[in-house]
Formats: sequence, C-alpha cells, structure tokens
Amino acid sequence: MSTAAGADHGHAHPWYQAHHFKNMEQQNASNKFGMWLFLVQELLFFAGLFMAYASMRYFYPGTWLEAAEQLDKVMGAINTVVLLTSSLTMALGVRAAQLGQNKQVAAWMVATIAGAYGFLIIKYFEYSHKIHVGLLPGKWFGFDELKTTATNAPQIFFSVYFMMTGVHGLHVVIGIGVIFWILFRALRDEFGPENYAAVENVGLYWHLVDLIWIFLFPLLYLVR
Amino acid sequence: MTMLLPLMTASAARAEGGTFWMPKAASTYAQDVDDVFYFIYYTDAVFFAVLMAAMILMAIKYRRKGEAEVTPVIKGNHTLELAWSVFPTFLLVAMFWLGFKGWMNMAVPPADAMEVRVIGQKWNWTYQYPAANIDGVDYPSFEVAGADAACMDRVTDPSRDIECNAALVVPAGKPVKLVMNSRDVLHSFFVPDFRMKRDVIPGRYTQQWFEAPEVGEHNVFCTEYCGDRHGYMYSKVQVKSPADFEAWKLEQHKKAAASGLVSGAELGAQLFASKGCAGCHKIDGTKLVGPWLNGKFGTVEQLEGGATVTIDEGYLRESILVPGAKVVAGYPPSMPPYQGQLDDRQVEGLIEYIKSLK
Amino acid sequence: MSTSTLDGVGHGAPGTSYLNAKSGLMSWLFTIDHKRIGVMYLVTVLSFFLVGGLLALGIRTELLTPAGDVFSAAVYNKLFTLHGAIMVFLVLVPAIPATLGNFLLPLQLGTIDVAFPKLNLLSFHIYLLGAFFLVFTLVTGGVDTGWTFYTPYSSTSADGNVVAALTGAFILGFSSILTGLNFIVTVHKMRAPGVTWLRMPLFVWAIYATSVIQVLATPVIAITLFLLIFEKIVGIGIFDPALGGDPVLFQHFFWFYSHPVVYVMVLPAFGVMSETITVHSRKHIFGYTAIAASSIAIAAVGFIIWGHHMFVSGQSELSGTVFSLLTFAVAIPTAIKLCSWIATLYRGSIQWNSPMLYSLGFLWIFAIGGLTGLFLATLSTDVHFHDTYFVVAHFHYVMMGGVLFALIAGMHHWWPKITGRMFNDKIGRINWVLAFVGYNLTFFPQFVAGSQGMPRRYHQYLPEFQMWNQLSTLGSYLFGLSLFIILAYLLHSIFKGVKAPSNPWGAASLEWQTKSPPVEHNFEADVICTYGPYDYDAHRAAQS
Ligand code: HEA
Ligand code: HEA
Ligand code: HEC
Ligand code: CUA
Ligand SMILES: [Cu+2]
Repeated sequence: MSTAAGADHGHAHPWYQAHHFKNMEQQNASNKFGMWLFLVQELLFFAGLFMAYASMRYFYPGTWLEAAEQLDKVMGAINTVVLLTSSLTMALGVRAAQLGQNKQVAAWMVATIAGAYGFLIIKYFEYSHKIHVGLLPGKWFGFDELKTTATNAPQIFFSVYFMMTGVHGLHVVIGIGVIFWILFRALRDEFGPENYAAVENVGLYWHLVDLIWIFLFPLLYLVR
Repeated sequence: MTMLLPLMTASAARAEGGTFWMPKAASTYAQDVDDVFYFIYYTDAVFFAVLMAAMILMAIKYRRKGEAEVTPVIKGNHTLELAWSVFPTFLLVAMFWLGFKGWMNMAVPPADAMEVRVIGQKWNWTYQYPAANIDGVDYPSFEVAGADAACMDRVTDPSRDIECNAALVVPAGKPVKLVMNSRDVLHSFFVPDFRMKRDVIPGRYTQQWFEAPEVGEHNVFCTEYCGDRHGYMYSKVQVKSPADFEAWKLEQHKKAAASGLVSGAELGAQLFASKGCAGCHKIDGTKLVGPWLNGKFGTVEQLEGGATVTIDEGYLRESILVPGAKVVAGYPPSMPPYQGQLDDRQVEGLIEYIKSLK
Repeated sequence: MSTSTLDGVGHGAPGTSYLNAKSGLMSWLFTIDHKRIGVMYLVTVLSFFLVGGLLALGIRTELLTPAGDVFSAAVYNKLFTLHGAIMVFLVLVPAIPATLGNFLLPLQLGTIDVAFPKLNLLSFHIYLLGAFFLVFTLVTGGVDTGWTFYTPYSSTSADGNVVAALTGAFILGFSSILTGLNFIVTVHKMRAPGVTWLRMPLFVWAIYATSVIQVLATPVIAITLFLLIFEKIVGIGIFDPALGGDPVLFQHFFWFYSHPVVYVMVLPAFGVMSETITVHSRKHIFGYTAIAASSIAIAAVGFIIWGHHMFVSGQSELSGTVFSLLTFAVAIPTAIKLCSWIATLYRGSIQWNSPMLYSLGFLWIFAIGGLTGLFLATLSTDVHFHDTYFVVAHFHYVMMGGVLFALIAGMHHWWPKITGRMFNDKIGRINWVLAFVGYNLTFFPQFVAGSQGMPRRYHQYLPEFQMWNQLSTLGSYLFGLSLFIILAYLLHSIFKGVKAPSNPWGAASLEWQTKSPPVEHNFEADVICTYGPYDYDAHRAAQS
C-alpha cells in the first residue's frame, strides 16, 4: 500500500506510512502491539515443547541425568555467550535506527548476523558429532553405551533435545533472514526517528530467540 | 419438548427394563448415575421450557405491526441480571457435587473385590482369571478370549460377533475389579447397563469395578476408536449366580491345568529363573544385588531422592522394563532394562508371579 | 452514529463498489481489501462445508441399517475422520471470524481496513495452502484416525496419509493465529473517533474474545501436531507408549487447544446473535456490558477446562474433579447471554424474516446443545455418555445447529450489504421450517441412541438402535435439502435479486451507514461516531 501516493486522497502522508493508518503514531503503535502479540504466540508455541520436556523428565529423571552428560557443555556455554552478544549488537542497532544513523544500523546488523552464523556453526559441530555417534531421536538412536546401562528411553531425551534445539535453530535461521532484510533497508538509508518500527520489531524477535536459548541451555545441558 | 416430557421420564416407556433415556440399570451404582441424570434432566427441562416459552410468546406478541413502530429503550435490569447469574450457579454446583460423589464411589473398588485382568487388543477382549487354590488343589490361572467358531458359523451377520465373542463371566452380588491394559492402541471398556467405562491404555494399567446384583447378560462395547474393526469390538458380561460361577470357574481351571499351557504366574516363575532375575532378587525377604520381591505388592517403596511409590502393576511393569526410571532407595541403579526383551504376556506373567509371592 | 453523509464516502466513480472497482481473478486473489478477503473466505468455507456435508450424508447413509453394508469399515472410518477434520479446521474455525469478521470488523469500527491488510491476505493464502493439504489427503487415500488424532493409533497403525493431514491442520493453525492477531490490533488501534470500547458492537467484542483464544491456544496445537508428525516419521517416543511416551499427554496437549477452540467457533456466533436479534427487534440490546464481559469470561474460563474430555482416559481423580467443577463455571456467562437475548425481545418490534427466524432457531438449538453439555460436565454421567452418540448429538447441536445456524442467520442479515441484493425472504421463511425440523430430526434421536449406549465411530450397530438411526438419517436428508435450497436462492439473488438499499433493516451500527455494497475504501474520510450501535432513537433522530 505504501506505493499508493497520498496526494490523490487529499491528505498527504510520508511514504513509509501505510494508507489505511491515519498517522504514524497509529501505525507505529499497531506494529509494535502486533509484534508483542506475535511474541506471545511464539512463547506459547515453545511452551508446548517445554511441557513435553517437563513430562518426559518427570517420567525418566534418571535418564535425563545420564543422557545430558552426552551433551557438550562447553559448546553450549560458548553458544550462550555468542547469542547474548548478538542480542547486544541488535539492541545497539535499534538505538542507531532511532537516531537515523543508517550506516551504524547496517554495521550492527552485520555483527548480529555474524553472531547468528557463529551460533549455527557451533550447533552444526554439535549436531554432526551426535549424528556420528548415533545420539539421535527415536528410532534412529544408535548409541550403544547408553542403551546397555540402566538408563531407559535415552532416545526420548535426544528426541526432546533435537526437537527443542531444532525448532529454536529454525528460529535463528529465520532471524538471519529478517536481519538481512533490515540490513538491506539500512543500506538504502530508510530508517529515521519516525520510521524504525521494523528494526525494533526484528530486535524484539531476536531477543526472544535469545531468551528461549537461555532456558534451553540449562534445561538440556546442565541437568542435575 | 414439554409435551413429550412424560414420555421420556423414568416411569414411562420402559424399553426392556430401561427407560426412554437409559438402558436397564444392572450394577449397584447404576441407579445413582440415573438419579443424577434425572436431576440434571429436570433442571434442564425447566430452564429450557421457561426460556423457550418466553421466546416464542414474545416473538408472537411483539411481532412487528408497522414500519413506524417505536420501541422503548431498555438497557438492562440489574436485579434480573443478578438473578439469572446467581440462581443457576447453585444448581450447577449441585450438579457437580452429585456427579462427584457418584464418581468417587465408582472410582474406588471395595477391598474384597474379585480381580480379573482385561486385555484389549485389536479387536477383541481377553479376560484373565488368577490362579486359585480350590479345596486344597492348586489350579493355574486361565484366560478366555476370542470368538467361538461354531457360533460364528451359525451367525452369518458379522455385526453379530457380539453373540460369539468370549464373555467376561462374573458372579452376581460380588464386587469385581477389572485391571486393564492394552497390547496395542487405546481401547475403552464400556458396559452401558453398568454405566461403566474406562480407557484401556498400552503400557499402563487402569481399573474400574462393578457389582451386578442380578443374573443376566450385558453388552460390552469398545468406545475408544481403535481402527478398522473398532465398531466390531464387542463382548458380553455374563453374570452368573455365585454357585454357577464357581462351577464354571473350576471347570476353566481344570481345562487350563489339563492343557498344560502355562500362563500367568507359572510363566512368570519360569521367566524369573530363566531371565536371570533370580540372580539378583531373592524371594525370602533378604537382600541380594537387588531388593527381595516377596510380600512387596501393595506396599509403599522408598525411592532414591526421597519420593515414595505404591507398588502396583504399573510400578512393577516399569521396574522391569525401565528400572532406571524409579530407583529403590539404598540400591544402585544397576538392573538392566528389559524393554524389548520381554513381550507383554511375559511381563504380565512376571507381574502375576511377583504378586503371588507372599 | 454519523449519518447518511457516509454514503459515497471514499473514492472512485459513482456507482462503483468494492465488488466492481477492479476486475479479474488476480484482483481478487491478491487483493488486500478486507471485504474481498472476507468474501473469498466465505466462498471457500462454504465450499468446504459442502464437501464436509456430503461426507456426512455418506455417514448417515451407512448408518441407515445396522449392518455395515454401504461402505467398508475402512472407508467409513475415513469418512467421519475427514468429515470431522474438514468441518472443524476448514469450516468452523474460520466460519464466522474470517468471513463476516473480516468483512465487518473495519466497517463496524468505522475504519478503512484491518491493521495489517497484507498479513490478512497472507492468512488467506496460508489457509488455502492448509486446505490444499487436507484435500490432498482426501484424494490420496484419506486418513482414519478420527479428527482427534489420538496416539498411538495415529502414530503407528493408522491407515492413509496421516502426515499430510497433520501438516494441513498445522498450517491452518497459522492462518488462524495471524487472523486473530490482526483483529486484536485492529480493535485496539483502529477504532474511529467516538467508537469507544463500550460503543463497539457486540459482534466486535465477540470477535475480539475469539481472537484472544486463537492467539493463545492455536500455537499449542501447532507444536502438538508438529511433534506428532515427527512421532509418526521418526518415532520420537513422546506420545507412543511402546517407545516410552505417554498417550494421555497427547490428549492433554490436544484438548488444551481443542477445547478453547469450541469457543473460537461459538463466540462469533454469539456476536452475530447480538446483532441480528437487536436489529430485527429494533430494540436496544438488553445488558450490553454483561454480554460483552461474558464473552471475555467465556474465553478466559475456556482455557482451564480442557480435561473434561478426559474423565475416563486415565488422568488422575483429582484432575477430573477440578476440571468438572471448572467446566460448570462456563455455563454461567453463557446463561447470561441467552437470557439477555431473550430479554431483548421484550416489547420489541419483531420482524419475522429469515435472519430473525434463524436467530430464534439458534437460541432453541443452542440451548439444547448447551444444556446437554451439563450432563457431560458431570463426572458420573459423563462416564456413561463419553464417546457415545450423546456426545455426537451434543456437539452437533452446538456446532452445526449453533454456529452454522448463526452463520446462516448472519449471511442473510448482511447479504444485502455484502452483495447489494435482496434475497427472496418468502422462500427463506418457508425453507426455514424445513431446515429447523430437518435439523432437529437429524440430531435429537442421536441423544437417545447415545444414552441407550450406542458408541460413536461405529461402522455398524446393534439392531436395538435402528429406529433412532433411521430417524436421524431421514432428518439429515431433509436438512441437506434445505441447505441446498438456501444456496440456490442466495445464488439466485446475486443475479436476479432486487437492489438493496443501504440500510434495509433500519440498523444503527456503522456498517449499515455505508453504501450497499460498500465502496472500495470505506471510511476514507474520518467518521465521528456519536451514538451507540443499538441506539435506535438517536439513529432515528439523526436520520430525520
Ligand atoms: C461450538 C462448540 C461447543 C460448545 C459451545 C460447547 C459447549 C459446552 N460443552 Fe461441549 N463439545 C464440543 C463442542 C462444544 N461444546 C465438541 C466438538 C465436543 C466433542 C469433541 C470430540 O470428542 O470429538 C464436546 C464435548 C464435550 C464434553 C466431553 C464429552 C466427552 O467426550 O465425554 C464435555 C464435558 O464436559 C462438554 C461440555 C460442554 C459444556 C459444559 C459446554 C458449555 O459451554 C455450555 C454452556 C451452555 C448452557 C449450559 C446453556 C445455557 C444456559 C442456561 C439456559 C442457563 C441455565 C442452566 C442451568 C442452571 C441448568 N462438551
Ligand atoms: C462444523 C462441524 C460439523 C458439522 C456442520 C457437521 C454436520 C453434520 N454431521 Fe458431523 N461431525 C463433526 C462436525 C460437524 N458435523 C465432528 C467434529 C465429528 C466427529 C468426527 C470424529 O469422530 O472424528 C462429526 C461426526 C459425525 C457423525 C458421527 C460419526 C461416527 O461417530 O461414526 C455423524 C453421524 O451421523 C455426523 C453427521 C452429520 C450430519 C448429518 C451433518 C449435517 O448437518 C451436514 C449437512 C450439510 C450438508 C448436507 C451440505 C450442504 C451444504 C451446502 C449446500 C453448501 C452451501 C450452504 C449454504 C449456502 C448454507 N457427524
Ligand atoms: C543385575 C541385577 C539384576 C537383575 C538381573 C534383575 N534385577 Fe531387578 N533390581 C535390581 C536392583 C539393583 C534393583 C533396585 C534398584 C532399582 O529399583 O532399580 C532392582 C529392582 C527391581 C524391582 C523393584 C523392587 C522394589 O522393591 O521396588 C523389581 C520389581 C525387579 N527388580 C524385578 C526384576 C525382574 C522381574 C527381573 C528379571 C526379569 C530382574 N528384576 C532382574 C537388580 C537386578
Ligand atoms: Cu477397541 Cu475401539
Ligand atoms: Cu470441551
């Protein structure tokens, strides 16, 4: 709608204001409110996974203790730091957008994307190690060491692990996509004091992705 | 509706000993359930009649007579609104309470109930009766299952499986407890005449109980969708007089003994030796690698980490298949899981065996 | 509200409306006009209603005789599964919010469009994608899990294309979430000046409450179906007892969404009632605040009563007790609504036309449906009724007789606004008798069959239930016929109907102050709303 020039309706508005909004205030408030609702929705989506985690851990407390040993705590911890840092660079990017400093927005977005890639690369190493030794979900599970101890259902732990980190990882990938979109728009010098809602919303999304990892890390890696 | 009411009530229109709404009441608690039903039913009927009468009468009385008609502005009436919020609340709480009371009664089996194991499997029911000592003779447990071939021959309509499938045989006037589980997917054991129903779940035991005061026959339906022949998963409950029941039971025990087919506890005893259980568990009240297993059933076990658990079928099954899940306090978690090494029948045998150890 | 000056507000040559402002298929499929999107939803939803209905007639035909003679058991199981899945996911969830809701929300709020028009279009496209998967399932062998997808049946032994069906339902969830999100923001941020919270039409309140449920509950079913897809493909073992999982956990997950979703279906229907009953009695609604608040109350309580579907499933006695008690709580706000609508009739000027007749029919049918819910909420009686035809009758009374009667009432009510044509009300009234009688004949006997013990999802049944089933089948044919007649005269009116005036019923709410059909960009200029949607006196004063 933004292409429809305001002029022929008699009331002019900036190009970044969509036609059906009366003013920027309304548009920004709507966008932000919409984003918060989206985040609530995301939280409930993950809540389902957390419930599955809780029930399975309740059924198999012993399994959880033993199987969690197989995860690489160091890599998990590094990844936590990487994501936290990228949240920081994201926040700085939002700040720059509010000030209309598009060059800096771009720079911070590049930094955030780098963090996101860093996270995925580390995750890739973790995953490939698990795939290699057979620490896999469900019927693909093939790690004999755990099979023969008193632990039962270790495959369920890894099912939960892969479902949770997989869905989270998917969110990181989507995050990279939208951050690239912000980067692109920053390079075209689009943001300014009135028009930064997109950056802010992507920022909120990214913080949520980060927040979820902050829960995943202790729940999966640091079981005791 | 209002006019049909007498027709639908308890006294009128008795169909085969039931009422218009309910089939005959053939368990001790069925009449309770029906009483609750009729309480709600009459409450509902009054509300429905009043509301609908008001609606219809007003629709007629205030039917529009001309386009220019002007209506009064009535935005609400607090007294009225309060009345129709509060008054129903009492009735609803009463419904809850009656239902709850009846339900607790249905949920808790009497201590002296005779136990029968019910096993659901696509698409029929199996009933296992425990081993018994009758007149000083030990008889093995036995099970009834499947359809009677001769009967099937006679009945050509497949929907009449119900006539030929093995029936659950119980004595009249004695409480019976069903301990149920499934070998594949979910099923549900429903006896309309008893107002009794409970899901039957794989890997877990559920129970329900009933007491049928009178001799008779009652339909059993599977009410949890379980695939192709869900609609054919019928059986019957045959309530016999106590004397007939004892005679029938003795006959079944004898047949089982004669056939030499081991089942239940005997199978369990064999497995206990052959699967290495005896290497770690003693049955004389002393400790080996693992805890002794005699006299354990029904007691409360202290677990590692402070929790406790009552030893029932579900716990035993889990302890055998997934010992790591709940570890007995004071023992190492060193029992191997038997998941995948024992089939359902074998696990059940072991459980029966452990239950029988005094 | 502001007056006749609103006619003609907007741009474009005189005589154009949103229907003919642009033409060509693409101008529809890629429109971001909420009215066109609403109409597209309406067409697709009704098409799927037709498909689901034909499957239902298949079910009824099989049940004409006790023996399983028309279809094989396998085919029958697929019939009711697809019937249930299509009716719930493709028809009933979007039935009112996405169709009438989309069309009316901005109009009733006096604004140009919903807050996110492009997102709105995206929701529709996602809906089509999800529908594609379900249709794909239908033509590639169906599914036979029941619409509830209970494990371990669905994850192990089910026959047919379970993964495609799950994927379809999963995708449809997102359409529903995005629509809900869009509407919440619209209600909060897009109201025209003067449309205060307490001056919003009750339909808007109902849609608002619905949207809250959609946003909060739908993600949970999404993740549940997602896990189930992986359970099926990889055997992740969370829901399958053979792998160490818990089938009852699946049921909790499933009903955590699928109970609230029944209020997603019925709240908008309540909203329609609040409009049609007041307009066709030309009388201020009785107890506005109570009705608005009860929508929110129903939405809230609806979240904590899911366990009433599982009284016999092996959940603990304590949970059963708590869920039963909480379930009764939902009856009170519903009672408030029902009583308020009936009180609205008092000293009204009641028009006996099709929209009103369907509304009164709704009250009758929904009352039966709701009151029978109480037998199911009661612990000891539910043990007997669970998974029998009593439950089937209960939910058809609330869903088909409730929600879809409301949709039909609403379609008649807003038909002049949507299409700009009047339908033939006389045929409508006569046909209503057929629909009402046919409906009750279809589903009332099922209560009796069910309480006598007939289980649901049975391909055949014992002869003692035969009479009830034959009445039901007969009823379903009559009822199906009446629906086809509705379709026929409504379609006829589009081509041959009399042109509709902008406010044929003399309603006071904002949507009726636009042209029929509205122009493309409704309420382009600011409107100022000065009186409430049910304020017929002020409206009459403003008109003269
Ligand atoms: C639109 C959909 C809809 C609606 C609105 C409802 C409304 C209600 N439902 Fe229903 N229900 C379904 C759709 C719906 N249901 C579906 C689809 C299923 C089955 C799913 C499946 O298994 O496939 C189901 C199943 C179902 C069950 C599970 C049954 C079982 O499987 O064992 C229960 C149990 O509590 C229940 C209860 C209720 C109650 C208490 C209400 C209440 O909201 C009703 C409240 C209304 C009233 C009570 C009437 C008005 C009030 C008065 C007139 C006031 C005075 C009244 C008195 C004091 C008596 N429903
Ligand atoms: C919205 C929900 C909805 C609707 C509308 C219906 C409508 C109907 N349903 Fe259905 N039904 C369900 C939801 C619904 N159902 C669900 C969820 C189940 C459970 C499935 C399961 O167990 O998994 C079920 C199960 C179910 C069963 C139980 C099957 C079993 O357990 O074995 C039966 C049996 O009679 C049945 C019958 C009918 C009939 C006769 C109609 C009739 O009312 C249909 C009439 C409709 C038509 C004949 C089509 C006409 C339409 C048009 C002409 C289109 C245009 C219309 C207009 C413009 C108005 N349904
Ligand atoms: C290697 C030794 C070992 C073998 C073989 C073994 N167990 Fe055990 N078992 C243990 C130990 C140790 C415990 C206590 C720790 C625990 O609960 O896991 C135990 C606990 C149990 C319990 C729970 C007892 C309680 O008091 O709660 C049961 C029941 C049981 N075993 C049954 C069996 C059966 C049946 C078999 C054979 C099929 C078997 N065990 C084989 C070592 C063994
Ligand atoms: Cu067994 Cu249905
Ligand atoms: Cu429910």
